Amino acid sequence: MTGVTISLTFVVEECPVSTIPRNQWYVAAYGREIGHDLFSRTICGESVLFWRTESGDVTAVSDRCVHRRFPLSQAPSRLVDDQVVCGYHGFTYGADGRCVAVPGQTRIPRTARLTSYPVVEQDSFVWIWIGDPARADSTRIPRAPWLDSPDYTTVSGMEPLQARFGLLVDNLLDLSHETYLHGGYIGTPEVAGTPITTEVDEEAGIVYVSRHMDDAECPPFYSKSTGLSGRITRWQDIEYTPPCLYKLHSRIAPVGVLPNADGTDPDAFHVEVVYAITPETENSTHDFWAVARDFALDDESVSDFLRESNRTVVLQDVAALDVLEQVIATEPEGYQELSINIDTGGLAARRMLAAQLAQSADRTAVAGS
Amino acid sequence: MEPTRVLSGRKVLRVVWLPGSDRLQGNCHCGAVHIADDPVEVWTWLLAHPVGHEAPAADPPPPARPEPALATAGAGS
Ligand code: FES
Ligand SMILES: [Fe+2]
Repeated sequence: MTGVTISLTFVVEECPVSTIPRNQWYVAAYGREIGHDLFSRTICGESVLFWRTESGDVTAVSDRCVHRRFPLSQAPSRLVDDQVVCGYHGFTYGADGRCVAVPGQTRIPRTARLTSYPVVEQDSFVWIWIGDPARADSTRIPRAPWLDSPDYTTVSGMEPLQARFGLLVDNLLDLSHETYLHGGYIGTPEVAGTPITTEVDEEAGIVYVSRHMDDAECPPFYSKSTGLSGRITRWQDIEYTPPCLYKLHSRIAPVGVLPNADGTDPDAFHVEVVYAITPETENSTHDFWAVARDFALDDESVSDFLRESNRTVVLQDVAALDVLEQVIATEPEGYQELSINIDTGGLAARRMLAAQLAQSADRTAVAGS
Repeated sequence: MEPTRVLSGRKVLRVVWLPGSDRLQGNCHCGAVHIADDPVEVWTWLLAHPVGHEAPAADPPPPARPEPALATAGAGS
């Protein structure tokens, strides 16, 4: 016998420091994506298996069998009623992740349990809690009520982004890029040329950036959808609740038309552009986007136009950020960025994300000690 | 037209890009104001400034409405 030792366990490799805040709610999917079929998506580096149970609720568990980690979303793994049967050796799990059967023996190991994730279906999204389940408080999930309101019509989609989620946060917090990257779609000279006001409420976890253009060119995105042809008043009010949900309250009206003193605003067009920025891995992101409008509610051609246009705009960002990710991933350490006034909101968002990250790192360190 | 204040929390920090200029005016929730040339400077000031905010007062200071740009440029930083 030679002195060969066989390791019975795999050593978990030390991973580089994460940039993804844990103990946070993230959008995992649109509700419409999940039916009574196995559905898998990687969220914050974790492979998660979803399905809609017979009772209609979405359930989320780890997509790795506890036995030999075969993906439970992978055929011939399958769903039988509300139980998932591993396609490799038949471990069978309930919707709560508990193993209910193993092959060849009656004793089920006590640790045979899939990680189960808190999920909440709200505002057309499926939200998932990534972190310590004991700390999941569903009342803290930010709202986007327009997305399933009868007073609005919404088009939506999701584009995969091969870039870290922070790059999309930077991108969305500074809309001056519309003028350059999205010229001819949503960008006009006034966007980059108009000062912004930034507000931060650290306690509530909100970064708010306003850009109010009093007399601006109307970009095709809005002229074709609203029918306005002349110059417009265009307000962009960003409300970002890090890490995931981003809302752009967009108000379009003829020049000089302002909301009434009582807050009603019957002569303006309102578009709520919502993004959910969900890290897939450290270097890739699920870019959920939705456009809700309070006009032309039943006009299919307006829906088609806004869907196509917004998707085009999102793909312009994706192309740019995919390149930027490669640049950042391959550059030497210590590159110094330069920030100017347009970055005021983006810097506030970065700071809030860094605080969330530090908090989740603390908790992990405490839990692991 | 400059956007009016939106967030209503007790501790909102606000940065106004002063119209017609390249300068940023930082407003702390305590009422203190600082004008800066770039966003890094304005956030650094806003976050470092509130020495005294957390003084052992039982109640948070009343949300003061900052005076608009009293030409504090260059001073008090
Ligand atoms: S890997 Fe799933 S049962 Fe063996
Ligand atoms: Fe963009």
